[in-house]
Amino acid sequence: MTNPVTNWETDYDVLDPDYVADPFPVWDDLRGSCPIASTTRWGGSWLPTTYADVSAIAHDIEHFSSRDVGVLPGNDDGVEFPPLAPISVDPPVHTWTRRLLLPWFSHKRVEGYEVFTRQLCNKLIDRFDGTGTADAAAGYAQQIPVRVIALVLGVPDDMSDTFTGWVRDILEFGHDPVRLAHGRDAMLAYLFGALEERRNSDGNDLISELLRTEVDGEPVPDELIIGMAALTMIAGIDTTWSGIGAALFHLATHEADRRRLVAEPELIPTAIEELLRAYSPVTMARIVASDYEFNGCPMKENDKVLLNFPAANRDPQAFDRADEVVIDREVNRHMAFGAGIHRCAGSNLARMEMQVAVEEWLKRIPEFHAAEGQTVTWAGGQVRGPRTLPVVFP
Amino acid sequence: MIVHIDSSRCQGHARCFALAPELFDIDDYGNSSVRNDGAVAPEFEARARLAVANCPEMAISLTE
Repeated sequence: MTNPVTNWETDYDVLDPDYVADPFPVWDDLRGSCPIASTTRWGGSWLPTTYADVSAIAHDIEHFSSRDVGVLPGNDDGVEFPPLAPISVDPPVHTWTRRLLLPWFSHKRVEGYEVFTRQLCNKLIDRFDGTGTADAAAGYAQQIPVRVIALVLGVPDDMSDTFTGWVRDILEFGHDPVRLAHGRDAMLAYLFGALEERRNSDGNDLISELLRTEVDGEPVPDELIIGMAALTMIAGIDTTWSGIGAALFHLATHEADRRRLVAEPELIPTAIEELLRAYSPVTMARIVASDYEFNGCPMKENDKVLLNFPAANRDPQAFDRADEVVIDREVNRHMAFGAGIHRCAGSNLARMEMQVAVEEWLKRIPEFHAAEGQTVTWAGGQVRGPRTLPVVFP
Repeated sequence: MIVHIDSSRCQGHARCFALAPELFDIDDYGNSSVRNDGAVAPEFEARARLAVANCPEMAISLTE
């Protein structure tokens, strides 16, 4: 446990339990009094809270580097994780690694994963349909993205719980050096093994295809293939699970919105965008490239700046009724998937998974609400979303 | 009505393609382009406006 926060402007704590559960009032206060907060906790960082500032920093790759995108400081134990290209590299490596990864998550490819995802959702619902209770986060949302990512990576479905554990160690328990090292080392060992198995194979999974790929006549270095596979796992699991969980949290606690989507399922894609805006899961970081004054803040070389997309998406200067979920909102330039050259490479996949997961849930369990007296728990830091969401249904 | 995409701004969010596939196409890298040189039939004008209003990169514009 860390010390309680008494001043959010100069001493914020991204892992404060109350903030993790409900960060919105803090951001609303900061926008009025100190729109770019700062802290020395967790290695120190700056925290912009307005849409304009977050968008400006995301687009300013000259002053803000992506060489460390972690909200929490990594382990200082000498073990190097390969760069998670393209997310944690700058151009020029960013440009060509992103070009290799994007087709895996193109609109066309993602359409090909939809039938699998729909069947998966129904199999998960089969486990608790008729029982009257479920944990919509741990028993449903958490189970979906990991299996879709396993399909992309061409690895066995029965590794799902293991992958989930590693990703949680890295993202959710990144402040715990023992858990972080455990998840990181286990994932690396697994991926290096998977890479050796696939060398000279004719598989059509991501790792096999990257092994056969040449860029300017040169093979892609093993280290970058491992980094891209690790990124697919790390960025493709916790994030979308949080998005699905937050969507179901909203519907479990807002009866009118739930009933409207049951009656008008064609509204679900629009609703998903609004839920992505209001409950944006992901915060990324940037490193100040050299001393730079940004909107009056004297940022120093190597300072960390948190790209607070979740707060930007609640900024009343950018959105009407920013603090409300308007389930049929038509004007929605949210940045839940970031903005600029690092726009989430998996956004098509995440949107498909969220849409299918909500559609199938509402078809099978149209009436449900949060279980009274049972606590919804949230994870925060890099990725915010419900970790337990007990619901009841007739 | 003519719809335009500033390809130097487009980052592949694919909102335009999702909202108005009649007006926009998208490639494997997420780059959007206009169909029919951007000509918008009257029945798709509302969708064109939606695409403008949902592009996080402000990459889409209209001339009427």
